[in-house]
Amino acid sequence: MLEVKDIHVAYGQVKTLYGVSLSAQPSEILCLLGRNGAGKTTIMKSIMGLLPVSEGSVTLEGEDLTNMPAHLIPRRGIGYIPQGRRLFPELTVAENIEIGLMTRKQGPDTRDWVLDLFPRLRERLGQAAGTLSGGEQQMLATARALCLRPKVLLLDEPTEGLQPSMIEQIRQVIVRMKAEGFAIVLVEQRVDAVLSIADKVAFIENGRDVETTSAADLEQNPDKLTRYLGV
Amino acid sequence: MEFGPHLMLASLEGAVIAAILSLTAMGLSIVFGVMRVVNVAHGEFFMLGAVLAWYVTSALGGHPALGFVAALLIVPVLVAAIAATADRLILKRINYDADRTIVGTIGILYIIQQTTLMTFGPDARPVEAPFNTRLSLPWFEFGENGFAMFWPWGLSTTSYKLFVIAAAVVILLGLWMVITRTKIGLVMRATQQDSEMAQAFGVPVGTVYSLVFGLGAGLAALGAVLVVPIQQAHYLMGHDPLLLSFIVVIIGGLGSLPGTIVAAILIGMSDGIISVFFSPTIAKIIATLLVAMVLVFRPQGLLGKTAP
Repeated sequence: MLEVKDIHVAYGQVKTLYGVSLSAQPSEILCLLGRNGAGKTTIMKSIMGLLPVSEGSVTLEGEDLTNMPAHLIPRRGIGYIPQGRRLFPELTVAENIEIGLMTRKQGPDTRDWVLDLFPRLRERLGQAAGTLSGGEQQMLATARALCLRPKVLLLDEPTEGLQPSMIEQIRQVIVRMKAEGFAIVLVEQRVDAVLSIADKVAFIENGRDVETTSAADLEQNPDKLTRYLGV
Repeated sequence: MEFGPHLMLASLEGAVIAAILSLTAMGLSIVFGVMRVVNVAHGEFFMLGAVLAWYVTSALGGHPALGFVAALLIVPVLVAAIAATADRLILKRINYDADRTIVGTIGILYIIQQTTLMTFGPDARPVEAPFNTRLSLPWFEFGENGFAMFWPWGLSTTSYKLFVIAAAVVILLGLWMVITRTKIGLVMRATQQDSEMAQAFGVPVGTVYSLVFGLGAGLAALGAVLVVPIQQAHYLMGHDPLLLSFIVVIIGGLGSLPGTIVAAILIGMSDGIISVFFSPTIAKIIATLLVAMVLVFRPQGLLGKTAP
């Protein structure tokens, strides 16, 4: 579905990706693991077209997305939940959701669907997003991305800085989206959280994908975690 | 004239200045807020509004109201289109880089100003007001016969000046509705807060920027069309609105629209009142001093927020 082939990406003069290839399929959770600074967030941003790809290609269902104007990429059906949530802090919860709905011109049924997934948000529709608690902000960031009814969902450290009950809730939503047939790409620091839900794991090191393996294989060979992550 | 009626007259003049200034400064504030561009050419878009209003009214002829209404409808759109084109041709090409946009808009300033000098010429030209009835104003006094109302000599305003104040209020309310209640307003606010994320949710940020730059220039032009029956069109008339708009935007708080309105009323009224009682130069000196004081004691402006 989503194919990333050998992409090279730079932040201005600083090159951060030296050939990364990934593939995400429907009803599958692909997890990117790697140390800080390995290039995981850069991969996400490159898929979204927020950074220029100098070599290689990104395709979605065969359509080339490489260096397409950035605002057209989400309209193809890629929902992005960025690191640090990046809500529009002074807009209300309802307005943040509205922005998500406008991306692919979704109607009130989609709005009801995401609000049923996160009933807490329904109680806070008129509140400014910046005043929500961390967990609620993460729910809103997830809801905003789901408003696209995306084919692919990109999640960049969705559990960062959350309390365990909230992490569990986010995890359940991810599993549910997998069951709905989304292709999910997940960046996560917490290895234990990953292994229980991931289907495939790709290790990212120094701007390259060094190995992609199935989660089952990883459970049998935990030494790979030590080798690539040092944990 | 006694002090009371004199003050009332000065306040009315101040209110007209405040009305025009709030429109002009609002344009500058929106452009800065959404695009983070300091538009040095803003005063020239104001001037262009006045000059084009003269062209439209003199081309149409007939009753002054006809030309004025036509100018009010056509000119802001025309100036907005020119500004949006400038955004596409220049600001977009330099990636809205903060330093380079200042130099870029200085370039736009001179291009517009000198083009106007070459075509419109160095003369100041009047535009006739659509209506201009002189209205005498009453004053109150507790005299020998108790409370009395009388009409002091010279205490008057014109129906057009009152119209300018009312029009500015209506336009600003309309703008507020657009920004807070419509989809395009929502997209503008989202872009202002996080343009990268706006892009990640399908907002064509480049188009929004062109639109906002056009809207900002259009507001300045609208203010100019309203003021030109009072002030006359001249190719150097953009300087004062630019200076005052900057003062207003800094005092109000960068990017804060309510702050811009509050500061525009404050500066407009004080400019009008001090100009009547003392001199326009002293009014500008005091306004500039106020900016210095705000920058020292409240750098984020009256209603501005501190950077997160």
